[in-house]
Amino acid sequence: MTSSYLEANARERIAQVLDADSFEEFLPPSKRIVSPHLGQLDAPVSFDDGVVVGRGSLNGAKIFAAAQEGGFMGGAVGEVHGAKLVGLLKRAVQEQAEGVILLLETGGVRLHEANAGLIAVSEVMRAVLDTRAAGIPVIVLVGGSNGCFGGMGIVARCANAIIMSEEGRLAMSGPEVIETANGVEEFDSRDRALVWRTTGGKHRYLLGDCHGIVADDTAAFRAAATQTLQGFKNNPTALSLQALEAEQAMLEQRIARFGDAADPLEIWQRLGIAKPQDIAMLEAEAFTTLAEPHRVKGQP
Amino acid sequence: MSWQTLADDLFPQGHSITEKADFLSGTAQVDGEVVTIVGTTGHTPIGIEIALSQAQAILQTVRDHPGRAIVILVDTQGQRLRHRDEMLGINSYMAHLGKCIALARQEGHKIIGLVYDQALSGGFITSGLMADACYALPNATIRVMGLPAMARITKVPEERLVELAKSNPVFAPGPENYHRMGGVADIWNGDLAAQLAQALATADGVDRRAAVGLQRGGRNWSQRVVDAIVSDSDVQPL
Amino acid sequence: METLNYRFENGTRKLSAKAELVGVVSSGNLEVLIESADLQGGCAIEIKTAARGFGAIWEAVIGDFNKRWQLADTRISINDMGATPAVVSLRLDQAVESVVEAK
Repeated sequence: MTSSYLEANARERIAQVLDADSFEEFLPPSKRIVSPHLGQLDAPVSFDDGVVVGRGSLNGAKIFAAAQEGGFMGGAVGEVHGAKLVGLLKRAVQEQAEGVILLLETGGVRLHEANAGLIAVSEVMRAVLDTRAAGIPVIVLVGGSNGCFGGMGIVARCANAIIMSEEGRLAMSGPEVIETANGVEEFDSRDRALVWRTTGGKHRYLLGDCHGIVADDTAAFRAAATQTLQGFKNNPTALSLQALEAEQAMLEQRIARFGDAADPLEIWQRLGIAKPQDIAMLEAEAFTTLAEPHRVKGQP
Repeated sequence: MSWQTLADDLFPQGHSITEKADFLSGTAQVDGEVVTIVGTTGHTPIGIEIALSQAQAILQTVRDHPGRAIVILVDTQGQRLRHRDEMLGINSYMAHLGKCIALARQEGHKIIGLVYDQALSGGFITSGLMADACYALPNATIRVMGLPAMARITKVPEERLVELAKSNPVFAPGPENYHRMGGVADIWNGDLAAQLAQALATADGVDRRAAVGLQRGGRNWSQRVVDAIVSDSDVQPL
Repeated sequence: METLNYRFENGTRKLSAKAELVGVVSSGNLEVLIESADLQGGCAIEIKTAARGFGAIWEAVIGDFNKRWQLADTRISINDMGATPAVVSLRLDQAVESVVEAK
């Protein structure tokens, strides 16, 4: 029996990804640490400001985790929300966690908190890299209906690895924002197939920006998270000149190979996929098998 | 302010900075030392190419010039809003730039950001805001988004946002507000060269922005929430 | 936003001390935080709602809820974003069911 990751809320996701009953929440809702800024816009608050943070275990390993609630303000990051993420990442270092898992579903900076939100996302970015520098792997799961956008789309690519479902999306600017700025010809935000070809899990996997594709199932995310963290057990998690030079080359190559592609289908074709139009139909496992010889293998 | 005028003011001891398609790069002399200069001009949008160019300049410095300081000059209208950039993963290019700056810091380089004209959101979140500290000129414009677009997306009436933007540091664009919130370390008036030298001398690798935001009263919750989680206690009163 | 407060006395059912949260503050939904509290046997319910002017409906829904559960020494706090009475009742019941009854 499968349990949809997409349909689950943040609390359910964290409870199902981590070992049963292992999760202890930091600054739980009963503490009522709410947004100090939403009131002046007459907007409702949430007792956890839209993010659950705490410590638990994953197959016995000590894991710190956060899950953003996509239902509240689109999962966007405000002052308190961002600070909870930073606090979590710092405490993970302090307690020598074996890994940090960030279940991201977010539009990025919470516009209702504008400047505070922007600085908060920047602080999360630095905190993720500091946690990696301390030898702790940080992995990101993306599979909610809001995707992972904005500044948090950047934070995701600062983590060691990203696991996505096909339903998940990872990008920077949303299609609506692009359409508003540069017209429907530039990006038709109502063309769902185009949106998923451009920003969805499968495309990111083929490009090398995401490291695993799973079915929309919390158990599948759990298994992939476990496996991914295992991979970092005796491997470096910190940034290195070598790794970043390799990434520089990969990103240059990407422009050279695909910079003039009009549609992601062309990219998949150039990657050597015989029937790119069939990609959308494939289940996670079948897709992963098909993609294996063709995809760009991005380094964490 | 033109980047040439800025460069002359910042680097009276000399500089050799070139501009190509709004991308600035080169070196300059500060306090008798050579520093790497990287940045943008022309209120350019940050797309995948210019993010990569900046990253390359940073990596070159780390590889070839151990210990050399880096100064990032920021003038941008924000991230480029094109299907192509999203398709190719602009978030990865931005992250890569941010990681290169973090690597430089890790390897002992000092990095200072300066917003000398415009800085919007995604355009400077992985450049200026990833530096050890970010500074701004008094006439700089720093913000997340234009108010009309914000009104459209948040569904909060534009008049309400305009009203709030007059007095509320959270909404008001401008360096004073970012200063108050700890996002900008200081606003530079007068002798830019001296202030840059001072900034480089005092730069360290610790992110103090939340603590500074609390000190200055512009952001009262961030540091207290972080402290509560780290110390496993309640959020302390102001 | 509108804030509404209700209080009931003479409840019979106490809950364990563990606080629980159900629901999400999304459009048409609400979150309910339920905790035990020393209220001299009373049950206090505070609602912060984005939908103004529905006091009478809340009163009816909360009144029914109290008749159903008769909670004592319980504090319930709600952040609501325009949920229908049916959804409110559902979440309230879910909240109570999520908390183990004290012996």
